[in-house]
Amino acid sequence: MKSKIALAFENCKKEKRAALITYTVAGDNTKNNSLKILNKISKHADILELGFPHNTPIADGGQIQGSSHRALKNGMKLKDVFQIVKKFKKTNPLKPLILMGYYNLIYQNGESNFLKNCKSSGVDGLIIVDLPYPENKDFANRCKKKGINFIQLLSPTTSRERMKNIIKNSHDMIYYISMLSTTGGKLKVSPKKILENYNKIKRINPSKNLVIGFGITDKTISSLKSANGLVVGSLLCKTITNSLKMRQNPVTKLDKVVYNLKKKII
Amino acid sequence: MKLKINRNIPLIDQHDKNFMYGGKFGGNFIPETLKKPIDDLTKLFAKLRRDKNFLRERNHHFTNYIGAPTPFIKLENLTDHLGGAQIYAKVVSEANGGAHKIYNATVHCLIAKKAGKKYIVGDTGAGYAGKMLSMAAKKFGLKCKIFMGAKDIKRQRPNVEAMRKNGAEIVPVTTGSQTLVDAVSECMRYWVSNCDTSHMCVGSTVGPNIFIKICAWSTAQISRELMQQVKEEFGKIPKKLKLINCVGGGSSAAGFWNEFINTHAEFIGVEAGGPKNSKLHAAPLTNGSKIGILHGAAQYVIQDKEGQIGSTESISAGLDYPGISPLHCFLKDTKRAKYTSASDEDALKAYLLVSKLENISPSLEPSHAFAEAIRIAPKLKNSEVIIVNSCGDSLKDKDIIKQKLGSYIR
Repeated sequence: MKSKIALAFENCKKEKRAALITYTVAGDNTKNNSLKILNKISKHADILELGFPHNTPIADGGQIQGSSHRALKNGMKLKDVFQIVKKFKKTNPLKPLILMGYYNLIYQNGESNFLKNCKSSGVDGLIIVDLPYPENKDFANRCKKKGINFIQLLSPTTSRERMKNIIKNSHDMIYYISMLSTTGGKLKVSPKKILENYNKIKRINPSKNLVIGFGITDKTISSLKSANGLVVGSLLCKTITNSLKMRQNPVTKLDKVVYNLKKKII
Repeated sequence: MKLKINRNIPLIDQHDKNFMYGGKFGGNFIPETLKKPIDDLTKLFAKLRRDKNFLRERNHHFTNYIGAPTPFIKLENLTDHLGGAQIYAKVVSEANGGAHKIYNATVHCLIAKKAGKKYIVGDTGAGYAGKMLSMAAKKFGLKCKIFMGAKDIKRQRPNVEAMRKNGAEIVPVTTGSQTLVDAVSECMRYWVSNCDTSHMCVGSTVGPNIFIKICAWSTAQISRELMQQVKEEFGKIPKKLKLINCVGGGSSAAGFWNEFINTHAEFIGVEAGGPKNSKLHAAPLTNGSKIGILHGAAQYVIQDKEGQIGSTESISAGLDYPGISPLHCFLKDTKRAKYTSASDEDALKAYLLVSKLENISPSLEPSHAFAEAIRIAPKLKNSEVIIVNSCGDSLKDKDIIKQKLGSYIR
């Protein structure tokens, strides 16, 4: 049986467009709002990434750190994250949802326990920022056995040999980090150059769904729309921060932003 | 599984193919972007440590720039005052710059030059790692950026001034607790974004495996000197010998003990117990913290049940860190070293006593080690020997000491 992630990409290919992938942090700015946000933006986004917050994130920039901080201040625990997923999946059973975060939370929760919770709440995939290949081999296999996608990451520093190995060990989606940066950095490489690298990776195995993330905003997204998928995260976290500052409703604000992002890649 | 030290392999090399010590400490829990830079650095260091020219160069700078050997002295007055074991100090604070951090900083600058990097970035807590890195960077012609928690910038003013004088850019870190843990995170984030042009120096024996290795390999100079000095003083290694060292990240202790690992010398590591009557501390080994991942490595770390890194508190900025080197986790679990803690108050008392009685004045970090020496010395026979690594000078803590004790002596 095909995974919901694979189906989402198939759908987009039929419509000849890139998949829109959003990233928000569970519990930002409240538990309820983050569920409401998922429900709203899932009408425009093809795949949803949901961050489980960690207080010592070594690869995230200021925006996502801010969102994680807000969520943790609200007392966000892993069990709340799974509850949000479960509630979301009740009304959106077909929409793929990926959890993203750092390994220590999984380690403390216990790998088996964590995967069990993923399964029962309906998580479709995992991105673990600090568990690279080949250290992630065992865990990625355990995910596969449970029918959960383990999403491998590639970066501009990844050698070609290494890329081949990682792609061979990948599941339905691979994430290409556009540039040397933490999340939310300003795009310091031209979209043309990013797509050049993207195409090189695609040629290794054209059948794999490859998405681009890091530094993608409403300004840059259309120039990268030939990719299989595009991830927008920090812009959304920033939108929440700004709407809180202006005393606006982050849910409706985010709905609009994601709607506009989608328009730019159709 | 019972963990054991392998007598035939240097401690830093006793890891498996995943770079884990004892199968559970260390490793490389890093973002994909850092895989290649870390891999490159690992290969370069493996080559350099076998390269006779590089070793000659290192030794030249250790002798002529850092100043080797640092003094090994008997603390006669303290010994008499306490009655009991003979107390000695390895006065590492006499090294150029005033602390053991100069070894790691110098080696990192030499490596950065070999790697063709023009920029070097580092983290700092007490400000020593930053001060030394800025000094060494200046000497070797590298541009230097130092990440330091905003709280530490306030409480370690003399070292901050020194860094500025050396021409380093100091980046205040205002996230989280605004101390060392956040400085290391922010420095790593910076490296993720700039690993193509910059070399990163992690200030202690923490972080991804290669940084643990480089740091412990550098500070090992302390025990190479000490081994000789001990043999000169006693003719052989005394039958009952205790080597006492403070541990925050654990770089000075790793260096102080390294050459003695296969001897009968006892190792005692002293963590920061924090203020008395407070639940907060920076002593994961003493207080039975669980293994977790921090800054790219598995280690005993202060954290909550969920895996969020916990808050710490210590009067000493250099020990104020929730984690501890995987090497020390390994030494603890193999029972090769024992770990305990000293409170802020004990450390202050120890600073005062040593400064009053002796010609040295330890900073608040080694004062934790002196506190333990002072606690146990009276209970030991006078044939027993205690050596404390006095790895920093109190001058940098003048403000804190004045505030806590009303006056400062040195």
